Amino acid sequence: MPSASSVEELAAAVAAAEGPVRPRGGGTKLGWGAAPPEGAVELDTTGLDRVVEHNAGDFTAVVEAGARVAVLQARFAAHGQMLALDPPLGGGGGAAGDEGRGGAAPGGATIGGVIATADSGPLRHRYGAPRDLVLGMTVVLSDGTISRSGGKVIKNVAGYDVAKLVTGSFGTLGVIASVSLRLHPLARRHATVVAPSSEPERLAAAAVALAARPLEASCFDLRWQDGEGALLIRFDGVAAEPRAAAVAGELPGARVVVEDEEEWARQRELQRRRDGLVLKVSTPLTGLGRVLAVAAAHGGTVAARAGLGLSWVGLPAGADAAAVRRALAPAPVTVLDGARTVPDPWPQLTPGTEALMRAVKRRFDPRGVLAPGVFAGGI
Amino acid sequence: MDQAVMGGGERAAGVPGALVDAFARIVGAAWVVTDRQALRTYESDGLLHYATVPAVAVLPGDGAQVQAVVRACADAGVPWVARGAGSGLSGGALPVADGVLIVLTRMTRVLDVDLPNARVCVEPGVTNAAVTRAVAPTHFFPPDPSSQIVCSVGGNVAENSGGAHCFKYGFTTNYVTGLDVVLPGGERVQLGGPELDAPGYDLLGAFVGSEGTLGVAVRAWLRVVPVPEAVRTLVAIFDHMAPAGEAVSEIVGAGIVPGAIEMMDSPAIAAAEQIAGAGLLDAEGRAPGAALLVELDGPREECDGLFDLVAEVCRRCGATEVRLARDEAERERFWKLRKAAFGAMGRISPNYFVQDGVIPRTRLAEVLERIDALQREYGLTVANVFHAGDGNLHPLVCYDAGVPGQARAAEELSARILDACLQAGGSITGEHGVGVDKKKHMTKMFAEADLEAFQRLRCAFDPAGLANPGKVMPTPRLCGEVPGPYRRHPLEEAGLAERL
Repeated sequence: MPSASSVEELAAAVAAAEGPVRPRGGGTKLGWGAAPPEGAVELDTTGLDRVVEHNAGDFTAVVEAGARVAVLQARFAAHGQMLALDPPLGGGGGAAGDEGRGGAAPGGATIGGVIATADSGPLRHRYGAPRDLVLGMTVVLSDGTISRSGGKVIKNVAGYDVAKLVTGSFGTLGVIASVSLRLHPLARRHATVVAPSSEPERLAAAAVALAARPLEASCFDLRWQDGEGALLIRFDGVAAEPRAAAVAGELPGARVVVEDEEEWARQRELQRRRDGLVLKVSTPLTGLGRVLAVAAAHGGTVAARAGLGLSWVGLPAGADAAAVRRALAPAPVTVLDGARTVPDPWPQLTPGTEALMRAVKRRFDPRGVLAPGVFAGGI
Repeated sequence: MDQAVMGGGERAAGVPGALVDAFARIVGAAWVVTDRQALRTYESDGLLHYATVPAVAVLPGDGAQVQAVVRACADAGVPWVARGAGSGLSGGALPVADGVLIVLTRMTRVLDVDLPNARVCVEPGVTNAAVTRAVAPTHFFPPDPSSQIVCSVGGNVAENSGGAHCFKYGFTTNYVTGLDVVLPGGERVQLGGPELDAPGYDLLGAFVGSEGTLGVAVRAWLRVVPVPEAVRTLVAIFDHMAPAGEAVSEIVGAGIVPGAIEMMDSPAIAAAEQIAGAGLLDAEGRAPGAALLVELDGPREECDGLFDLVAEVCRRCGATEVRLARDEAERERFWKLRKAAFGAMGRISPNYFVQDGVIPRTRLAEVLERIDALQREYGLTVANVFHAGDGNLHPLVCYDAGVPGQARAAEELSARILDACLQAGGSITGEHGVGVDKKKHMTKMFAEADLEAFQRLRCAFDPAGLANPGKVMPTPRLCGEVPGPYRRHPLEEAGLAERL
């Protein structure tokens, strides 16, 4: 496997590629997206793992794409800071290819991989998606050009936002070499309200009502597992406990958990599956009840961002993904883990946007060598 | 600096008569402006140093009319510029002399308010403030440029507008979930929608902030958020800028994220007080050296706890006085002081340039020193008003256009302030956009390879180069054909290939 330990090496490796190449970071999400073409060469970015800058006073950092997210978080935490991105960092598996290479590399997901797949966790409720935290990006284009967009400051509108375009593009527009990121203060105190219910509609209605209130929770999730569900609402900061207690007092059966790391780790784990499938579904907030009901009917699990309308539905191996998709229509459904077990893991693109996306792909990768075919619409 | 130098003159120009006739058929003759005097209304946006009279202005009434107008322009190969309220500060809506100006001020309908899902759908001519009005009193739309009473959502989308509250809440791009867009070829596509994470590339993210060069939005889905439970506002007064800057660093460094944290220097306070009357002048009418406006919003317990801490930090850093807004009226006076600063500058200086540079917050002191040295070197006054939390400076470079050479000196001084921002690791623009005004500075911030990637994006949307040409990029560029395996038949490539 070709590898790179500098941006220049990465650029040279991409430029030298004669056939399809596919960037690889921690190898935890290689099974996502459609299958790459036979013979696609993986380009290992884990040698590009430096923290180029950590400007603690400015709450910003510039890091290379192959840096492990867990390593970065430990480094930022030493300064009382965090990168507000908390997707599951381990591998889910489910893709035959992963296991053949011994599964996920030790150390877990890299920042480049998280950004290339636009993955996120419960903190997205308050801090946004990768697109909202990336301030700038250095990308290697398919001809080996090293191109930069954005900047290192938290506010900047100079030039086109190519970084947003590349975020979530699954390596099909360019290979991410480094990113500059906005950081946030790491809260010293947390408290989580856990409000259980075994009635999907009731959970969903409570979520919609709470979403309309100015709670300023840091995380706001729904869970469904084994016929039981819960709302999880996390508060940070000096008044975390009284704020949690006030909300818990309004919800029947709710309790406040102060040592809440495990609750949230469990929630993140529901976003991955070693066997079976994980479907990401986007709905209005008022559509969450339907997602819970459909998942429950198919023996599935749900981890949902209740204030955002994003759900990760886990299904056991052998589940009828097509039926679940039909039941959730018209909500777009992307199959993440287990992508290769369905005919097309991506939702249908509308004809107009598909044409525009193809035009973007042709402009950025005229040779068609960057992860061809793995993305939505067969791009 | 006269208009001929900066604006490209007032060359009489035209578009084919058949195109004007087509516009009249699409929108009705009453909404097509060809009279030269009437067209002068549109010769500039909020940046009055630049003026170009368009050949024709068209005021469509809905998205279908916008699409028909853009398609007619595409068929005729005529460039066009979209304009909202015209309050932009970078010349982004400066017309093209031989082109069409598409004015969106008639499209002011709020199409849908869906509070359970925290969404609003509006036409592009709806003002920023009207979005918040539509969802009040329970919700609000966070991006709040100083011009929010007049500026339009379409313009906010084009410029990725910020405002005083974006340190905590983020920018326009964080609140637009979908756009209904007419592409420069005349196709209409929906990027994103009311829900998050539409499949495929984040074209929405690329479009917001593209300054009208990728197409024109005819409908926008916006995310609104619940109004915070409590708001606490204070103004801290300092003898100098340096201790005020120190207070900002201490507050942010302590992990506090204020809703807004704004700083003004003495000349800015003196000017703004003439309008605001917030009571910051001393008995002799002199302004203090610096004022810091800090607003905390959020849950009551949290706000109350942190507010005392902020006041204490200000005092410890040398604030001579800390005034807490006792009621909404006082809070409004504090904010008027901040928001009046630009307008008030006209009272103390015949002319001024506004800059929009950004620096890492920790470099504030040194950059302010640099600006101070520059204003002494040039013998001109620079008033400073800025969003201190995110390091977005708005130096107002005062000059008198009636004094020969002073405008040019002021422009040079402005450029050197931007150089200082870039040397500190910052940006040439935080919220006003590049437009026509700052495109000459783009090469200081971006290398050729960077600009070339920008051009790839632009060409994917607008291969014929008809949408807002002459903006953003430092030099005019054409879109070449796409080489490689995806290349189509040459005839198709020349005609329809990119339009699909």
